[in-house]
Amino acid sequence: MNIAVCLKQVPGTTKVEIDPQTNTLVRQGIENIVNPFDTYALEEGVRLRERYGGKVTAISMGPPQAEAILRDALATGADEAVLLSDAAFAGADTWATAYTLSRAVDKLGPCDIVICGRQTIDGDTGQVGPELAEILGFTFVSYVSQVEEIDGEHMRLKRLMGERYEILEALLPAVITVVKEINTPRLPSLRGMAKAKSATIPVWGAEELEVDGNKIGLTGSATRVIKVFFPQRTQRAEILEGELPGQVDYLIDRLREANLI
Amino acid sequence: MGLLIDLDKCIGCGQCIEFCPFGALEMVGGKVEVREGCTLCGACLDSCAYEALIIEELEATPAADESYRGVWVFAETKDGEFSRVAYELLSEGRKLADARQSELGAVCLGHDIGAVDSLIAGGADRVCVVDSPALADFPEDLCARKLAEVILEYKPEIVLAGATALGRSFIPRVAAILGTGLTADCTGLEIDPETGLLMQTRPTFGGNLMATIICPGKRPQMSTVRPRVFKPDAPDQTRKGGVIRLDFNSEGVTSRTKLLSFVEDLAETVKLEDADVIVAGGRGLEKPENFAMLEELAGALGAAVGSSRPPVDEGWVPYPRQVGQTGKTVCPKLYIACGISGAVQHLAGMQTADVIVAINDDPAAPIFEVATYGIIGDLFKVVPMLIDRLKNG
Repeated sequence: MNIAVCLKQVPGTTKVEIDPQTNTLVRQGIENIVNPFDTYALEEGVRLRERYGGKVTAISMGPPQAEAILRDALATGADEAVLLSDAAFAGADTWATAYTLSRAVDKLGPCDIVICGRQTIDGDTGQVGPELAEILGFTFVSYVSQVEEIDGEHMRLKRLMGERYEILEALLPAVITVVKEINTPRLPSLRGMAKAKSATIPVWGAEELEVDGNKIGLTGSATRVIKVFFPQRTQRAEILEGELPGQVDYLIDRLREANLI
Repeated sequence: MGLLIDLDKCIGCGQCIEFCPFGALEMVGGKVEVREGCTLCGACLDSCAYEALIIEELEATPAADESYRGVWVFAETKDGEFSRVAYELLSEGRKLADARQSELGAVCLGHDIGAVDSLIAGGADRVCVVDSPALADFPEDLCARKLAEVILEYKPEIVLAGATALGRSFIPRVAAILGTGLTADCTGLEIDPETGLLMQTRPTFGGNLMATIICPGKRPQMSTVRPRVFKPDAPDQTRKGGVIRLDFNSEGVTSRTKLLSFVEDLAETVKLEDADVIVAGGRGLEKPENFAMLEELAGALGAAVGSSRPPVDEGWVPYPRQVGQTGKTVCPKLYIACGISGAVQHLAGMQTADVIVAINDDPAAPIFEVATYGIIGDLFKVVPMLIDRLKNG
């Protein structure tokens, strides 16, 4: 079974805060991390290989320093890794990203399953998985919480669709996006770390992927960001005062006046 | 192509360095330089008072196909009824269509779709219905293909869908088939009076930043829109509109997925996304049994019960109740946060609620920064008082 896992390097947002005085981002030595949702995707890929055999290839598109998350992926069980990096890829929207990833999946050879996290924590769109499936012509199943069984050409999956758990049968090859309850990602092994340290991670650019230059990066993106701004968070709570019972009465009065309760 | 710095204009103030979410700008010899890691997101452009930052493109964007006209809403159904978000989008879509002096359409796919009068009363001039037994379980691949086909035939210039679990899973495939742009999870839509383009605003970076996005060269312009952001109009039963029933030719077409079974996870309680009032608990609840107190408060208010992340991670409440960046996004009229400190990831999922009440014993908790009313105190005293007053007047 050939499994590809898509990973993205993102800024570690837990350290990102807004300075209320200057209304700018406070970045205390911002550190880049692997998108947390993608660690569940990688773990599921490794578990499927352990159950059914085959190979797990970790793919990331990003700047050269994104190689770091691919080394981590090798240390936690991926067999191979490839970095898609080229100045021409910068500024890609979800479609151009999905297109670039699809060229890499094609180049890797026959693929049975592509696994992605449900969304990234920086862009938050969750669109690359479904768009990638459509471009590859693969089956797509979102929000997978359990891979129950893979049997020949099919797999049986459990997924969380809003409030509803669904059991689906899906034809391979398929792209799935996974939610965090699917597994608990393992820590890197000593052997894995040694392997990761010495591994050569190929870097594929626009030339190696033989991509259409009009479909990548900013040029290939149908959408354009025209403005980025900080959300208004000027509202400060009216902190209620006095004895607690009085505060509770006051609160209920305000909520009743506003027809909220 | 890339981010360029006009060295004649750059005064080396460093303002843009603070704005870059990726840490890709640095000061070298009194001027700003772009390092590796720039994603061309554009966050820095507006930060420069001297217009020294430019994103250079290779070629001008090709003009969009002018034959696309009108605004369409994908009307999602759940258990045989149209979702509330469909009416919210019709209300907003009506404004956009009027601004463009064009028609508002609604499109729905499925099986045994009942009367669609309510969509017309909600603002639609025309409703397209694709009804077939083959679409009964909403096979996403077949529905995506059919919706793309119908869009190519009727050519709406804007297509809106709810950013629900289904919308965010299914609509990207439609956009990919059409080869057009899609903006996820929008919270603001507006027509640029000069260009006539749809300006789509969405939170990004876990709610830390807002981005306004356009789709200048491809049609249709597509958005998924966060539920509960727009208010549905009161239905106007006198409105007239047309209904078009389209065939679905299921011959030789098989979905690549098959729904075998399903279970509703929270069947008996009010669904979080649909709730007008939400009572949510955090780590301050201390143990799972204490959620019973929130259930009681919710019962007195007709509210749904939500949670921040720690109670879910601790296994006190199931994951579908989690509100926040990695859970659900909600926008109720009233959100009562009990023992929730207000990590930015939680705020990202609830800060657009109309009124937020925060109950927390830590006066420094960030939840008070987004709250409308704050009670600094012991929630184990405050919540029972609230229940008592609500039940006994």
